[in-house]
Amino acid sequence: METSEISTNRARSPERARRFSDRLASGDTAANLIVFLAAASIVFITSWIVFELYRNSAASRHEFGWSFLTGSSWDPVNEHYGALPFIYGTIVTSALALLMAIPFGVGAAIFLAELAPPRISNALTFLIELLAAVPSVIYGLLGIFVLVPMLKSAEPAIRATLGFLPFFKGPFYGVSLLAAGFVLAVMIVPFIISISREVLLAVPADQREAALALGATKWESTWDIVVPFAGKGIVGSIFLALARSLGETMAVTMVIGNTPQISMSLFAPGYSIAAVIANEFAEASSEMLRSTLIELGMVLFALTFLINGFARILIITTSKKGNAT
Amino acid sequence: MKRTALLVFLSALLTGIAFAEDLLINAAGASFPNPIYQKWFSEYQKKTGVRINYQSVGSGAGIGQITEGTVDFGASDGPMNAEQTKKFQDKRGFGVLHFPTVMGAVVVTYNLPGISQALNFTPAAISGIYLGKITKWNDPEIAKANPGVKIPANDIVVVHRSDGSGTTYVFTDYLSKVNPDWKSKVGSATSVTWPIGLGAAKNDGVAGLVKQTANSIGYVELIYATQNKMAYGNVKNKAGAFVTASSASVSAAAAASAKTMPEDFKVSIVDAEGKSSYPISTFTWLLIPEKIADKGKKTAIVNFIKWMLDKDAQALAESLDYASLPKPVVAKELKAIAKVQ
Amino acid sequence: MTPRLFYRKATNYVMLTLTGLCALVAVGILFFILGYLLWNGGTSLNLDFFTKLPVPVGESGGGMANALVGTGKLLLIASLVGVPIGFLGGVYLSEYGGSTFSFLVRYMTDLLNGVPSIVIGIFAYTVIILRQHHFSTLAGGIALGIMMIPIAVRSSEEFLRAVPASLREAAVALGASKSRAIVTVVIPAALDAIITGIMLDLARVAGETAPLIFTAFGNQFWSPGWNQPTSSLPVMIYSYAISPYDEWHRQAWSAGFVLLSLVLFVNVFSRLVLARKGHARS
Repeated sequence: METSEISTNRARSPERARRFSDRLASGDTAANLIVFLAAASIVFITSWIVFELYRNSAASRHEFGWSFLTGSSWDPVNEHYGALPFIYGTIVTSALALLMAIPFGVGAAIFLAELAPPRISNALTFLIELLAAVPSVIYGLLGIFVLVPMLKSAEPAIRATLGFLPFFKGPFYGVSLLAAGFVLAVMIVPFIISISREVLLAVPADQREAALALGATKWESTWDIVVPFAGKGIVGSIFLALARSLGETMAVTMVIGNTPQISMSLFAPGYSIAAVIANEFAEASSEMLRSTLIELGMVLFALTFLINGFARILIITTSKKGNAT
Repeated sequence: MKRTALLVFLSALLTGIAFAEDLLINAAGASFPNPIYQKWFSEYQKKTGVRINYQSVGSGAGIGQITEGTVDFGASDGPMNAEQTKKFQDKRGFGVLHFPTVMGAVVVTYNLPGISQALNFTPAAISGIYLGKITKWNDPEIAKANPGVKIPANDIVVVHRSDGSGTTYVFTDYLSKVNPDWKSKVGSATSVTWPIGLGAAKNDGVAGLVKQTANSIGYVELIYATQNKMAYGNVKNKAGAFVTASSASVSAAAAASAKTMPEDFKVSIVDAEGKSSYPISTFTWLLIPEKIADKGKKTAIVNFIKWMLDKDAQALAESLDYASLPKPVVAKELKAIAKVQ
Repeated sequence: MTPRLFYRKATNYVMLTLTGLCALVAVGILFFILGYLLWNGGTSLNLDFFTKLPVPVGESGGGMANALVGTGKLLLIASLVGVPIGFLGGVYLSEYGGSTFSFLVRYMTDLLNGVPSIVIGIFAYTVIILRQHHFSTLAGGIALGIMMIPIAVRSSEEFLRAVPASLREAAVALGASKSRAIVTVVIPAALDAIITGIMLDLARVAGETAPLIFTAFGNQFWSPGWNQPTSSLPVMIYSYAISPYDEWHRQAWSAGFVLLSLVLFVNVFSRLVLARKGHARS
């Protein structure tokens, strides 16, 4: 759907539509009212969600204040909760996913937008977008039964080549930050590909032609001219993917190891915000724990909100630039 | 074509709705007795048509959801504590009753390549491992209890529950009783701050993770270990004997408490006296609200408890490796049912 | 050829090949997932899966008929909630938009789209379950319905905007009022595309697990009516996958295969329809 954003922006001609609607604005109030109510209810529902999160996290907010975000103990016996291990796990797994997905996704997008013949490009994009439709729980299923054993068997090789880094120390159980990062990477690659491809396609043809005419190779024109031109939009697509991976729940909780700790090693198990909510929310036998989990939900909401907003601004500015030329 | 697909879809939905005649009772809680509850509820439905939908979400959730009133009854492996009982009273305006259903054992299960026989564990070994003080399989504390067994020098991978759980309550209750260090540092509850280890959700998850991970150790209800053909250890009891978990050794642990059972049935039988007692044993309870507004549901739940206490149903429990209730406890429960209004 | 030129040409070919490989691997993952599920789940799929209820551990056989119907019921409620709001919201943005208010609507739609599904689950739990005091199909369906809204809005708006302005102008020139023009000319012109967009939206929420765990809950029997807990395919896959029983793993694979086939079928079908109608997204 993020893709629709761009094509909408490209296809719409706001001036004409506005003049048109002004001309007809005196029309039926009933119809106007109905669609207005539908639109208003969207605003209402979203605000309501924010309000409920805020209201139901009151107990936790009063108890822990801002130190909630920096506390690292998770102690259900003494009812003392800190969010840091979960924030850490969420950010590390997402960052790891991006690290793996970006070169891959952008590379594939360049191929699809710039190099492949349109027919092949369309067919491949079609398939890649299907990948985005695979439900998260299925990624989790494959994560448990395919990826984790695979990582286990790759462990000696990783230790041999990258073992000197602090990120690959300590015992490895399979379920880990690394496994979660891997699953997330596979899940967000299709987003990066399909949005980056759109942004690249929006780069005006004269940019490429100019470079080629000056004797640049195909790759040079792509890498030095087209990609920088679309740079902001590509970064935007990456942020959208990031927002998606931060909130990802099922696949992560199935492979992350569910241990609230902060460890440098990617071999270590961790915990993410979404995973702890999924695991503990129905449990929440104490009022404080429930309130804490809802506050975690709010933190997650705020994180995704910021990143989403940033991404959209980036994508919109690039596609405007594309349109203007 | 789209239309026929839609028709098929809608008629499928209607068939779903057509099953509406019989009573549906919702319950949630402990995963520890889930296998026997699924069996009981399935048998009970065949017999009476009453459907009891039991979701094994963990004891913590069982207590939480029955307190919120989102289910008709709950189930837990740890009795509700004073604070939880008070909260229930405040929220619902009446009390909650505990009915023991069966007894079970929590076993220490492990996945140690090359070891096929049952290992012996002392209380010090188990608490040491879970405190993070014993980190190798060939630690002297483990080795000396297993003379003649060649245990590899591998690192121990500790697995525990990530959700609130009665199994955790029983296990930590036991560790608190046998190790003062554990009592002061960690304590006993349905979920605790683990000094070490990986978290997995529910008995299912712990068994699954131990099964998948070499050199790991975890704690699960006995049936999860036997069903999965997983190795589990003998545990040294108060009398100094290494005992295998079984319905007999659990019954032995319960025997002493059966005579002195309190009115509210809330009793712990971990680290029990007696030479043949398995030390990590427990009752498991249904949490029934004192007042059930819906008369149909009330009758159905009361009838189910009576049926469940009957010897046929209890025999079913034995077949799944649970220990059946001692006779005096059954008699006491049959009297207590009258309290449900 | 100078060394410099050779280097540039070589880089050209190497990089082009690498990007091509990236694309191929991405597609390869899809075929791997499909193949793996087919191999593991498809092969052990039988009629019982579609017609029988789950059985207790230890008994063999059984199926997930109730979960299939449960997912169907949840999606029906989700459509009843998400489609009217999403579609009419899209009509508002495309036909009546332009004000500050539509900026707000668009902003809130984006915001809603970014809300993690687990948070929607919390919302449905606090607002519906805690008030109703029981888990229900209805609550699960509403949670999914809320998730459907943003995409329904976006695709409706997009496809309505794609209707040529000349069509509206013609209708108005013939004396139709604005709403009449919209209902009789604009919407019919975009209807096929909008319906396919909504099918895609449905396929997306069909696989959602997180919002259902503490709303629709689970049920090992048929769920009567709409106000009782129900089992659903994604939740069944989740709880069977983390179980230790081989029999349940087998069932989880079968369920995964069925769910994936449904979702991909709808996706392929809808995207082909869109492409044929010239609404290709790309």
